[in-house]
Amino acid sequence: MSSTTATPIADPHLHRDDEGSRLGMWLFLFTELILFGGMFLVFAVYKFIHYEEFHAAARELNSMFGALNTIILLTSSLTIVLSIVAIQKGQKLLSIFFQIITIFFALGFMVNKYFEWSAKFSHGIYPGSETLLEKSSGEILFFGLYYVMTGLHGLHVVIGVLLIGYMTYETIKNKVNSDKYVRLESAGLYWHLVDIIWIFLFPLFYLIA
Amino acid sequence: MSSHDSHNENAHAHKPSYGIYILIWVALLILTGLTVAVAGINFGNLTVITALTVASVKSYLVLEYFMHLKHEKKMFWLFVYTSLFFLGVSLILLFADYTFLEGN
Amino acid sequence: MASSTANVNVSFFDYQGGRKGILGWILSVDHKRIGILYLISMMIFFAVGVTFGFLMRLELIAPDRTIMDPQTYNSIFTLHGVIMIFLFIIPGLPAVFGNFFLPIMIGAADVAFPRLNLLSWWLFVIGGLLAITSIIMPGGAPDTGWTFYIPYSVRTSTNVIPALMAAFILGFSSILTGLNFVVTVHRLRAKGMTFFRLPLFIWALYSTAWIQVLATPIIGITLLLVTFERLFSVGIFDPSLGGDPVLYQHLFWIYSHPAVYIMIIPAMGVISEVIPVFARRTIFGYKFIAFSSVGIALFGSLVWAHHMFTVGMSGVAMIVFSVLTFLVAIPSAVKVFNWVSTLYKGSIVVEPPLYYALAFIFLFSIGGFTGLIQGALSVNLHIHDTSFIVAHFHYVMFGGTGFGIFTAMHYWWPKMFGRMYNKKVSIVGFWTLFVGFNVLYFPMFVMGWLGMPRRYYDYLPEYHIYHLISTIGSWILIIGLLIMFINLLKALKSGEKVTKENYWGGETLEWKCPTPPYVFNFEFTPEVHAGPYEYKQNDESEKKVEEEVVQ
Repeated sequence: MSSTTATPIADPHLHRDDEGSRLGMWLFLFTELILFGGMFLVFAVYKFIHYEEFHAAARELNSMFGALNTIILLTSSLTIVLSIVAIQKGQKLLSIFFQIITIFFALGFMVNKYFEWSAKFSHGIYPGSETLLEKSSGEILFFGLYYVMTGLHGLHVVIGVLLIGYMTYETIKNKVNSDKYVRLESAGLYWHLVDIIWIFLFPLFYLIA
Repeated sequence: MSSHDSHNENAHAHKPSYGIYILIWVALLILTGLTVAVAGINFGNLTVITALTVASVKSYLVLEYFMHLKHEKKMFWLFVYTSLFFLGVSLILLFADYTFLEGN
Repeated sequence: MASSTANVNVSFFDYQGGRKGILGWILSVDHKRIGILYLISMMIFFAVGVTFGFLMRLELIAPDRTIMDPQTYNSIFTLHGVIMIFLFIIPGLPAVFGNFFLPIMIGAADVAFPRLNLLSWWLFVIGGLLAITSIIMPGGAPDTGWTFYIPYSVRTSTNVIPALMAAFILGFSSILTGLNFVVTVHRLRAKGMTFFRLPLFIWALYSTAWIQVLATPIIGITLLLVTFERLFSVGIFDPSLGGDPVLYQHLFWIYSHPAVYIMIIPAMGVISEVIPVFARRTIFGYKFIAFSSVGIALFGSLVWAHHMFTVGMSGVAMIVFSVLTFLVAIPSAVKVFNWVSTLYKGSIVVEPPLYYALAFIFLFSIGGFTGLIQGALSVNLHIHDTSFIVAHFHYVMFGGTGFGIFTAMHYWWPKMFGRMYNKKVSIVGFWTLFVGFNVLYFPMFVMGWLGMPRRYYDYLPEYHIYHLISTIGSWILIIGLLIMFINLLKALKSGEKVTKENYWGGETLEWKCPTPPYVFNFEFTPEVHAGPYEYKQNDESEKKVEEEVVQ
C-alpha cells in the first residue's frame, strides 16, 4: 500500500547526505579492517604454532623504529582531526596547515620505514634470501608476514598521503569549507584507520621479543 | 526523499574544540610508553595479552574521539561491533582447529 | 547526467539528457542502466561458462580421451568454476536486479553512490576480461580449480596470477555494490518505508550486502598473499617455507562459504517476492523470512570448515563445524515452509515466473537436503571430493540461484523493458530446462555415492552409463537455455508492448512506477502506508469464505 505525494521526485545527484557519506566510508573502513584482520588471523595461528621462533625473530626487529613510527602516526592522527576542527570553525588556513603537517608526518613515517627495511635487507633478511631460508620455518613465516603486513600498511600510508593531499587542494579551492567538509572527514577517517592498524602491528611485531 | 534533505543534522552539531583531542593524544602517547615499558618486563604469556589490551584501549580512544563515533548514531558502533564480531568468531573457530590439533 | 535540463519524466531508455549512444550507457550513473549493463555482461560470461561446462560434459561422455587432453580439461573446469561463480552467480541477482530494483522498491531515485556504482561495473568488466585473458595468455590457462589450493597454486607454471587478480578485482566490485546497498537501504527509504515494510527481496539484498562487505576482504587478502608468495617467494602458506596449506584453506573458505550465501540469499528474496504475487495473498511469516535472511548471513559465517573435513583438522573442530552446519539448515527451512504456507489456500495464478519459482523450491530442497547429508562427518568422509558434491552444489547454485535469476528475469522483464515475452514458449523452455537439469545432475549423485571422484578426466567403465546420461542431460539443458533466452531476447524486439504499471498485480513499489521506469523512477515522491504484501481485495474475499464456512 502506498501513495504518491504531490512532490516531484528530486534529482538524486543533487541530493546531499553527509551522514550517508560517512556511513559509506565506515563500511569501506570495515573492509580494510578485515583485510588486515585476515593477516592477523594468519599471524595468530603461526605465532601459536611457532611460539619460540616468533619470539626469536622479533628480537631482530628494532623496537625503536617501531616506537618512533607509532608516535609519528599518533601525532599525525591528532593533526588531521585538528584540521577538521579548524575547518568547522572556519579557520581555513589553520586547517590547511594541519593537513600539510599530517602529510609531513606521513612522509616521515615512510622515511623511517625505508631505513628500517634497508637495514633488514643489508642483513640479508628479505623474502627468498639465502640468509632467511637458512632460518627456521617459524622465522621465515615471521618475516614473510612482517614484510607483507608492514608493506601493505605502508601502501595505505601512501594512499593516505594522496588522499589528504587532494583534500588540501580542495580546501584551498574552497570545495572543502566550513559548511561542507565531509570529504575531509572521510579522508581523516581513513587516516585514523591506518593509525589503528599500526597500533596493533607495533606490539605484535616489535614487542613480543 | 524529502525526509532526508536535512543534511545539516550534522554529527558535529556539538561545538568543536581543540582541547579534547590534545588530551586524547597525550593519553595515547602515555599508553604507547606503557606498552613499550611493559614489554621490557617478562610476563610470559601475559606480555601479548597486556600489549593487545593496551592496543585495544588505544583503538577505542581513536574510534570514539578522533573518528567521532561519540557523536554518531549508536548504529555506527553497532556496525563496528558487527565487523569485530565477524573477525572474533573467525579467530575462535580457527583456534577450535589449531588448539586441539595433535602434534603441536 | 546530473545537471541537465532534459525532461526526466520519460522512460530511462529514451532519456536525452546524458551522453549519446553507447557512452550514454557505459558512462551512465543511472542504476537502471547499470543494472542492464550488468545483465548484458553477465549473460556474455554465462555463455562462456556454459560452453566450458558443455565441453567438459562432452569429454566425459565416454572413458579415455574424447575431445581434449587432461591439461585442457583441468583448465576448463577451473575457468568454468571461476566464471560461473565470480561472474555469473555472485553478481547475478544483486548487481543486475538489485541495482535495477533496490532503489525503486524502497521508493528512491537512485542508489546512495551512483558513481561508485558505475565504478563497480567497470571493475566487474575488467576483472571478467582478465579472467578470460588468463586463458589465452602464454603460459597456459590456470589449472588449479577455482579454489586455488596451496601448494599447487604456487607451483604450477600456468597463469595463476591473472586469475587471482581477476578474482581480487571482482571481489572489490562486489564489495562496492554491497557498500552501496547498505547505505542506500539505511538512508534513502521513502517516507513511511520502515524496515518492516521493506519487501523481502530488499531484506535479502541487505543481508547479502553485509556479507559482501565483511567477508569479501578475507578472500581479497588471501588471494593477494598467494600472489605475493608466487611473485616474491614470501613464506606464508607454502609448506616448503614452513607454511600451512590448511590455513590457506581455512581463509579461503572463511570467505567462500559465506559467498555461497551471497549467491543464494538474493535468490530466496526473489522467490519471496514472486510467491505472494501469484498466490494473491500476504506472505506467510514476513518477519521470519526477513530474520532468516539475517540468520543465514550470521550462521553462514560460522560453518566454513565443513569444506575441509578430510584435510586433517582437529576432532573438536570437526564436531563444532558439523553441528554448526546442521544449524544453518534451520533458517533455510524456515523460508521453504513459509513459501509453501503462502501458497496454501492462496488464489494461485500460474504464470511463467511461478513455474521457475516452484522449480527453485523443489531443486533447492534437494540441494539443501543433500547438503545435510554431507554435514554428517562419517558420511562426508565417504562422499568428499566425489561427484556427489558436484551434484549437490549444482542443485543449490544452479537449481537454486540460477533458477532464481531466471525467475527474476521472467518476473521483472516486462517492467524493465516494457516488452512481454511469449508465455507459451517460456513454459516450453522451462520444462526443457527442468528436465535437462535433472537428467544432467541427478546421475552425479548416484555415481558420486558409488565413488566417482570429482574433477577427474577419466573414469572406470562401470561409471559410463551415468556419465552418458548426464552428458545427454547437458544437451537437453542447453536446448532449454536457448529456448528461454531466445524467447526473452525476441521479446525486446517484437514482444507485446507493456505500458501498464502493474503487470502481475504486485503490491511492491516497482509496480507503482511507470513501465519502463522514468529516469528518476517515479514522477512524484512515493509514500508508504503499509507492508509490501497486503492484498486487500483478496484478504476480504478470504474472510468472506471463512465466514461462509463458519455459517
